[in-house]
Amino acid sequence: MTIASLFFYLFAVVLLASALMVISSRNPVHSVLFLILAFLNGAGIFMLTGAEFLALILIVVYVGAVLVLFLFVVMMLDVDFAQLRQGFMQYLPVGALVGIVLLVELILVLGAYTLAPAVAEHVVVPIPPPSEVSNTEALGLVLYTRYAFYFQVCGLILLVAMVGAIVLTLRHQANAKRQNVAAQVNRSVEDSVEVRDVASGRGLQL
Amino acid sequence: MIDISHYLTVSAILFVIGVFGIFLNRKNVIVILMSVELILLAVNINFVAFSAELNDLVGQVFALFVLTVAAAEAAIGLAILVAFFRNRGSIAVEDIDTLKG
Repeated sequence: MTIASLFFYLFAVVLLASALMVISSRNPVHSVLFLILAFLNGAGIFMLTGAEFLALILIVVYVGAVLVLFLFVVMMLDVDFAQLRQGFMQYLPVGALVGIVLLVELILVLGAYTLAPAVAEHVVVPIPPPSEVSNTEALGLVLYTRYAFYFQVCGLILLVAMVGAIVLTLRHQANAKRQNVAAQVNRSVEDSVEVRDVASGRGLQL
Repeated sequence: MIDISHYLTVSAILFVIGVFGIFLNRKNVIVILMSVELILLAVNINFVAFSAELNDLVGQVFALFVLTVAAAEAAIGLAILVAFFRNRGSIAVEDIDTLKG
């Protein structure tokens, strides 16, 4: 057993165990933390296959941004999670049945599949040897040339998601003080400064 | 070099755990969203494993796109959840029936 397969089994076991904890944990905060653990181990599995850039992106973007967003939302919403868990055992048999059927089907497919020999001949972009071109550079060379259109569509999807998330959660508060730039620019001297003639020895009533 | 069937088995089990989680937590939208994230991680493991097996970089490119769409989906889903909670004060799935005819 080599070091690589040792690490693979370590990552795989922790990944599956924490995935089970995600769906069965009582506290959603624990679910999110186990999801973070699952993604970290998924990143380890990516690293073993040689997809270094994806592994690090998974940690930086996914764990760092998306799962922390989950954590914020879980902590922000004041929900009675015990009430949401009612009927948990009631759904268990149906869920287990569907899960087992699906797993058996997938195992049957995995046990029987063979790769058509034509597939190996039609490699679109061969992975260059890691000693010459790093994984990040190789990915960039393909992503910005051959898949430039799809890359830009991805950017558009993220832009729409960002605008949508802001529009959905933005709340207009009536008593919030906002800066009105147009009103500030259009203000004239007559509106703001007044010259009064003050008699000597008297105060000024405003 | 680990055989590809190991990767496929892990991702198949992870996928089934994700589907199972959707059935198990039918009332809790947040855990359903997390289960969807698990399913997408399983899909990504498949992509990356086949990319390594066939020595083709396109699998990793596609996994990157899946990651992008999954991030957008999570952000929108959580935004809808927050907006819904503000309106109704609940995130139970059976309360989300305003559009029922």
